Amino acid sequence: MKELIKSLRYTFLALLASLLVGAIIIVVTDIDALKSGDFGKAFSTVFTAYKSLFQGSFWGLRSISNTITGTTPLLLSGLAVSVAFKAGLFNIGATGQMLAGGMTALWVGFTMTGPGWLQVPLAVIAGAIGGALYGGIAGVLKARTGAHEVITTIMLNSIASFLVLWLLKTTTFQREGRPDPISKLVVDEARLPRLFGFLDGRSDLVAHAGFFVALLATFAYWYLLKRTTLGFELRATGLNSDAAKYAGMKSKSLTVVAMLLAGGFAGMAGATEVLGTYGYASTSLAGNIGFDAIAVALLGQSSPIGTLVAAVLFGALQAGGRSMQANTDVPVDLIIVLRALIVMFVAAPLLVKAMFRVKSQVTSQGQTFRGWGG
Amino acid sequence: MISAEQKKRARNVGYGYLGLAVITLVIFSRRPGDAGFRLTEGGFSLTLPAQQFAYIFGIVFVGLGAAQLWRGLGKVSNIVLALATAMFVMSFLSWATSGESFSLVGMLQDTVSRSVPITLGALAGILCERSGVINIAIEGMLLAGAFMGAVGASLTNLWFGTIIAILTGMLLAWVLAVFSIKYRVDQVIVGFAINFFALGITSFLSFRVLVPNPDYNSLVPVMPISVPLLSKIPFIGQILFVQTIFVYFSFAAVALLTWAMYRTRWGLRTRAAGEYPKAAGTLGVDVIRLRYRNLLIAGAVAGIGGAWWPIGTVGRFDQNITGGRGFIALAAVIFGRWHPVGAFSGAIVFAFAEAVRLKIGNFDTGIPSEFLLMAPYLVTLVVVAGFVGASRAPKAAGQPYDEQ
Repeated sequence: MKELIKSLRYTFLALLASLLVGAIIIVVTDIDALKSGDFGKAFSTVFTAYKSLFQGSFWGLRSISNTITGTTPLLLSGLAVSVAFKAGLFNIGATGQMLAGGMTALWVGFTMTGPGWLQVPLAVIAGAIGGALYGGIAGVLKARTGAHEVITTIMLNSIASFLVLWLLKTTTFQREGRPDPISKLVVDEARLPRLFGFLDGRSDLVAHAGFFVALLATFAYWYLLKRTTLGFELRATGLNSDAAKYAGMKSKSLTVVAMLLAGGFAGMAGATEVLGTYGYASTSLAGNIGFDAIAVALLGQSSPIGTLVAAVLFGALQAGGRSMQANTDVPVDLIIVLRALIVMFVAAPLLVKAMFRVKSQVTSQGQTFRGWGG
Repeated sequence: MISAEQKKRARNVGYGYLGLAVITLVIFSRRPGDAGFRLTEGGFSLTLPAQQFAYIFGIVFVGLGAAQLWRGLGKVSNIVLALATAMFVMSFLSWATSGESFSLVGMLQDTVSRSVPITLGALAGILCERSGVINIAIEGMLLAGAFMGAVGASLTNLWFGTIIAILTGMLLAWVLAVFSIKYRVDQVIVGFAINFFALGITSFLSFRVLVPNPDYNSLVPVMPISVPLLSKIPFIGQILFVQTIFVYFSFAAVALLTWAMYRTRWGLRTRAAGEYPKAAGTLGVDVIRLRYRNLLIAGAVAGIGGAWWPIGTVGRFDQNITGGRGFIALAAVIFGRWHPVGAFSGAIVFAFAEAVRLKIGNFDTGIPSEFLLMAPYLVTLVVVAGFVGASRAPKAAGQPYDEQ
């Protein structure tokens, strides 16, 4: 609990600081205002933009639903990067693992028929397995040959995107009568139930039970790290692989396990997107989530609670950013800038401390991952 | 004395040759017909019978594999590997083009041109990591350089635009330096934050400023320059010496950095700061200053790499125009084992993959085009796993340095 509050407080201060910088950016890029000298208009733009940013993320059911929808894949893929970081590995491959998981879940989702209570978990688990196997490739390559995971996961991302493009054109996957690469629809029984499904006639509330899958996964990640031997060994390998080796831990198989787990989390992210948000798969299934996930993990310092807080914050920014773009002439890309600034401010506690004159001891977090060599 | 690791690698190379033989004999020999390669812009072309070609090369690969597994090829094994790769690529291309023809020289020229940002990004990475700072921010530096280069060149001229791009790269490198060296923030976090910041701010500005003001984003890119004499060499001259100034700069940068890194006092100090900064510090090297300076140079190099997009090719900036090339550059750094020439060859491989990707879509080979497009990445994966293996990074990369 204490950890949560601390994490929330720093994140909140970092958010404030980055909103400040964001406001400056909005004002100085208002070319018309700069030319005419009408700064009143520029400042009112900032006000309207931030108002709709907030309203679009938390104000009202629809905004909350959008935030939840945005948070779900970010949290799951954020865990995929976090668990790898904990083991000293840099998983840039969440995108490819998401695609693998999404396609496996999709396949289960439209081929099998059965009661919903059976088929939904089955499809999600299939997604996790698909993602895990794909993530495992990088782990096995690293353990067997020493091939660096940064190279292999980048290559696997490209390979996955071409594989998906090909699969979506095969008769097994392609929707009948469509010339473009788009998949068949997941049967209704395999769709993740909508969270606000009990409200009739609110089809705009798209949040789905994938959010609970993500929360469960976060809990599982916490349990793994704090309560199991495997989690201890993963952390030990991540902190000092030589010491862990001398203590008798099998660092090679731990590498494989870490990448399997990472792929599993990312695969679930793909599965919840397919089974919940979209109901089908397209080439843009993973989007930029794989890279946003790295920011989530970095902001959350790879801890379960930190990753959760970071994912909710980024999900909210994403939902709010869309309504900001709709209501003002401020492009949604501002939220990428805000995310970068938040990560920076949280990573540099000295800076935030100086800005807000917060008193508390700052502990260095050490290195995120083992570096290139290990 | 050969270590177990080297033996294993030699064996993998042997199996690799046999694998190439199987692919060549089974797949590439399927399509009878002549493949035409235009070797000059004028029209002199080479016509290869695809099927026979594949059989010959396949048998050569079997021989190489057997020789490698039986005796090992010893000193010439690297040269043989390079030749074999070239042969494999040729038989792949003649298989893909059989019955048609295409401009080989054009594709290779395109390859060299496309290697520029990857090479320069990789050199930026090497400069940082050799002196002990992990540089994940290559992508951000390229992207910001591309944006500012486009705006600068549109508002004034190409030279000024390039200078603005250089300064932008240096600014981001300075941020990386201050946070990672002075405030000792985790270098991966700072690097990634810079990437996100660059992606966000350039996309934001391109919607908010460039779209309503199109004259901020339109310029005439530089023309290729033919080097006198050298460009007259048949085939090679066209590929290497009819290029833009960016290409010549990247050749020069690779050569200069290789020389400086291994032949000068600066290079020795830089490598010492990356391997064992404490020792370097004890011997009187100002590690902090050295790292600052090298990071700024790296930023400048990456800035030029970014300027290649608007000023060297398309003449404008588009949202996320770099499309992950900075990460490819990072892969080239690791692929090339932190050596400029190694990274350059990695960049050429990736650039070739891109150039092939743009060409190959037009060919009907009977295999889904997605698999052909995937092939370069698959090959990289196999090469890294089988032949390159574990690469040793500069030891101190990623660790902040304490002066005490």
